[in-house]
Amino acid sequence: MSNRPYITCRELIAFIVDYLDGNLAADALHEFERHLAVCPSCVAYLASYKETIRMAKAAEEPPQALHDDAPDDLIVAIVAATRR
Amino acid sequence: MNLSAQIDRFGLNDPSFVALLQAGDGDAFEKLVRGQAAPLLRVGRRFMRTEEDARDALQDAFVSVFKSIGRFEATARLSTWLHRVMINACLMRLRAQRRRPEEDIEQYLPRFLDDGHQTESSVPWCESAESVLERMEMCDLVRSCIDQLPGTYREVLLLRDIEEMATEEVADLLGITPNAVKIRLHRARQALRTMLDPHMKTGRA
Repeated sequence: MSNRPYITCRELIAFIVDYLDGNLAADALHEFERHLAVCPSCVAYLASYKETIRMAKAAEEPPQALHDDAPDDLIVAIVAATRR
Repeated sequence: MNLSAQIDRFGLNDPSFVALLQAGDGDAFEKLVRGQAAPLLRVGRRFMRTEEDARDALQDAFVSVFKSIGRFEATARLSTWLHRVMINACLMRLRAQRRRPEEDIEQYLPRFLDDGHQTESSVPWCESAESVLERMEMCDLVRSCIDQLPGTYREVLLLRDIEEMATEEVADLLGITPNAVKIRLHRARQALRTMLDPHMKTGRA
């Protein structure tokens, strides 16, 4: 068991981007996970942060996008604009 | 083999199709517009706030493609290049529209006590993204929250998390450092999380 102090919630949250990108160095990753093991609030924060990314992606790219096609008048206008 | 069959068989990135575009072949360009307008317009709808702006950005993008196809290097993928030209067209229009001062993002960031703990504990969300987003009103809610983000943060979120561009690529496109991209992305995600939190804690939109 280590007596080292834990990183704070503020420090953990600041590391999240690098953590999710797999860019945390081994010692920082160890401290990140050591804090998570004792802090339900940060576990909840991290889970909801990841869920936020998934929701943004899913909401902006719905499986059956509305107005899926480009309107023909727009295509005709673009082709005409480049043939002038 | 005619042009349509050739593109269908070899795809957009076929070098002989690119060569036709670079030679100024009108039929090839029309084929490009007809095939790519829909996916690029979808990109435009994500970035621009109105359908009219998305259409205008698409037109800007194709005019730009038409003018600069000669400088396109055949070693790159045409589809990737088109995507980037479209994003550039959107960013240019968004920049021109950005008049009013941006809303402060600080109000949406987590707060901490002096000892570094969160002022208010985070609680788990009740539902998964998938189950919530089956409800159309939640899709609209998420999109409207993204639209509420200050423009410089919204752009980075869209580029990194929706268009899935690399940090360095986004930095290059926006003329900022990779570290600035990471900071803006983190703040944008945190702000969006804060906006969604009241809806997700209860599981009701």
